[in-house]
Amino acid sequence: MTFLQLLYEFFKTGLFSVGGGLATLPFLYEMSTKHPDWFTSADIADMIAISESTPGAIGINMSTYAGFKTAGIPGGILASLALALPSVIIILIIARFLAKFRDSKLVKGAFYGLRPASIAMISAAGLNVAKIALVNMDALTSAAGLGEFFIWKALILAVLIFIGLRKLKWSPIIFIALSALVGILFRF
Amino acid sequence: MKELLELYWTFVKIGCVTFGGGYAMLPILERELADKRHWTTLDELQDYFAIGQCTPGIIALNVSTFIGEKRHGVKGAIAATTGFLSGPILIILIIALFLTNFAQNPLVQHAFAGIRVCVCVLILQAVLRLWKKSVVDPFTFGLYLAVFILHAFSGLLPFRAPAALLVILSGIAGIAAAAVKNRNSGKAGNSR
Repeated sequence: MTFLQLLYEFFKTGLFSVGGGLATLPFLYEMSTKHPDWFTSADIADMIAISESTPGAIGINMSTYAGFKTAGIPGGILASLALALPSVIIILIIARFLAKFRDSKLVKGAFYGLRPASIAMISAAGLNVAKIALVNMDALTSAAGLGEFFIWKALILAVLIFIGLRKLKWSPIIFIALSALVGILFRF
Repeated sequence: MKELLELYWTFVKIGCVTFGGGYAMLPILERELADKRHWTTLDELQDYFAIGQCTPGIIALNVSTFIGEKRHGVKGAIAATTGFLSGPILIILIIALFLTNFAQNPLVQHAFAGIRVCVCVLILQAVLRLWKKSVVDPFTFGLYLAVFILHAFSGLLPFRAPAALLVILSGIAGIAAAAVKNRNSGKAGNSR
């Protein structure tokens, strides 16, 4: 029974959360009141912290964690697959549709507008990460003042990565690993 | 079978380095899938991202499904998607089994403060790469600004503009603008 309930709840979450991992949060909070034995809102807060420090979107991480807590390792795997299933089905349908209509005027026109909108949202996401990683937003309101606003060592690292990405033909994965190392060595 | 395994394994690797909500993935996907394997192009990747934003589910996952489908139909989509999920599931299971207070560990916190800096730069890189191809005239520039302001500063606005709604409206605006452009260029003869 628990398996079916897990499947149902996470399938529903996967179906209705549009626009990235954080969109699953309202559904997760709802689930924590409906099934307090699965996980609590404090667990969600912990999972947000863990999700920021592990790969994968919060929705996947939370479903793995909740599934594991309720039904062990099989539960963790099942809940994650349930979350992914609706989007896989929908994307398969869209992919078929796109293959047929890629050259239609309507689809071309839609992408003429979708592309700049897509970059705008990517930019906004970048701004959100930069607000945490590169600057100290608290300095704006505290007495510390603007001298503390920029996190200088982070800015220096950012410039180095930017130059590195352009000049060296290394995989971005290497830069991620190096950044983790620099973060530990220089106590970011 | 060999190709399905290759799809699976490629996305296992990509799934293990997807930090920061999937957007930082674009330079990684471009390198691994477009440059190295020629499975897709930057243009297609961008279209997948745009669609992923207005369909349910996690964007990075949607992109995996798209590329898997393109390579090998439904089987390919399943191989790519489960590959993408494998790393994150395994990592959370290990954390849940063995590590308490993982996120509070200072070493972990320092490492991820460093990774976040890299994620910023990767996202900037993605924006710069896509900009040239997509922001090509006053209409697309205006649309970029409008969506950016509505999305990035939604906390300061008196109303909420959900991302999915913005994407759908942008698609409609694109269809309208393309129609107007076509009609104008039709009137001007075949000069363009």
